[in-house]
Amino acid sequence: MERREFIQKCILVVAGASVPLSALTLIDPKKVFAENPDIQWAFLVDTNKCVGCGFCVKACKTENDIPFEAHVSRTWVERYVYTKDDKRYVDSPDAALNGFTESRIDLGRGEYKEIDKENVGKAFFVPKLCNHCSSPACTQVCPVGATYKTDDGVVLVDRTWCIGCGYCIMACPYGARFFHPIAKVADKCTFCYHRLSKGLDSACVNACPFKARRMGNIHDKNDPITQLIMNERVGVLKDEFGTKPQAFYIGLAQEVR
Amino acid sequence: MKSHVWRPLYVVIALAVALLVFRFFYVPNDFGSGKRGFMYSYHRQSNEMEWKNQPVKYSVSGRERMHEYCSECHGEIVKVRSEKLHGIIPCEDCHGPALQHPDNPEKLTIDRSRLLCLRCHTSLPYTTSERHRIPGIDPKTHNTGLECVKCHNPHNPSLEGMK
Repeated sequence: MERREFIQKCILVVAGASVPLSALTLIDPKKVFAENPDIQWAFLVDTNKCVGCGFCVKACKTENDIPFEAHVSRTWVERYVYTKDDKRYVDSPDAALNGFTESRIDLGRGEYKEIDKENVGKAFFVPKLCNHCSSPACTQVCPVGATYKTDDGVVLVDRTWCIGCGYCIMACPYGARFFHPIAKVADKCTFCYHRLSKGLDSACVNACPFKARRMGNIHDKNDPITQLIMNERVGVLKDEFGTKPQAFYIGLAQEVR
Repeated sequence: MKSHVWRPLYVVIALAVALLVFRFFYVPNDFGSGKRGFMYSYHRQSNEMEWKNQPVKYSVSGRERMHEYCSECHGEIVKVRSEKLHGIIPCEDCHGPALQHPDNPEKLTIDRSRLLCLRCHTSLPYTTSERHRIPGIDPKTHNTGLECVKCHNPHNPSLEGMK
């Protein structure tokens, strides 16, 4: 046997042996379709309506057992303040778990900035959460197949399979993932999958008194949220990353990313 | 046929077979990708059910349905509330998650803290935000140390309704 032939055969054997058994099973497309009705969940945030009360963060942490003391959260609210002398500030103290009860801006590292009342140009609040992207960078990088996109459009983490490497936390362009301090795995917003599948609104949508947060099936043309997304001027965050986010925002500003 | 090339080949084959055997036992059967394909959705299918079976804590969904549900027993107070300004706030935001109330928990833990009211009623000078339309106070000067509910009625917050 020649060297060339030997190498060719080696490659062939290894390639053949590495085909997973599951790849060889036949899939019945009808069965797959019957199990997955045409649902695609999408989120709509109306930043004009948000007052920064933070009830959504509180409800989310309660519903999903995220420790209140830990500085991690599946959803958070950001405050944007533009001053008349053209300075811009953003903060989200404790992910706005207790809302915004102070007028000073939290600059981090224990520093605060008090802005003169007369100097405030415009200011608004933006709730953030996982965008449940159509092409999620986070699931693509998972080395063990522990995070995935479901057929109805929700990105989930398999807690028994996650090894906690943190690759997905780094990959998410929106900072929506974090390391769960108790479960010791990567964690993120699930769109309250357990509530959705029982026909309930997610905890944050449910808690919002101002209807700034809403959710709907974007594949259903008659869904009120789909109607809003089709007819209003909506935007998404970090469109240039090509992740195709499924959280839409009304009233975005350039600085909101 | 005896040749030095066979030995390393056997090693490679043995390794590949060992890997496949290990994989066969270790990886659950339901591992696979749905209609979104391998890149975004290679996962253990039964995990979807695990997430779906998480317990629900905030029991009622939607403000209207919540008012309806709560007024079955607490009719009077829900009626007062839903007609007044605070009618837009879901009951569970202040009264806590209802779970299977009234069985479990029998009595809800109500958040009566000052901090709860300050979420919306801290005065912030943001004229461009909806926040501006909510009456606000300066928590540093407005009856510090007192709980808001000592004077204000949260179910009927108009100043005429003060205790």
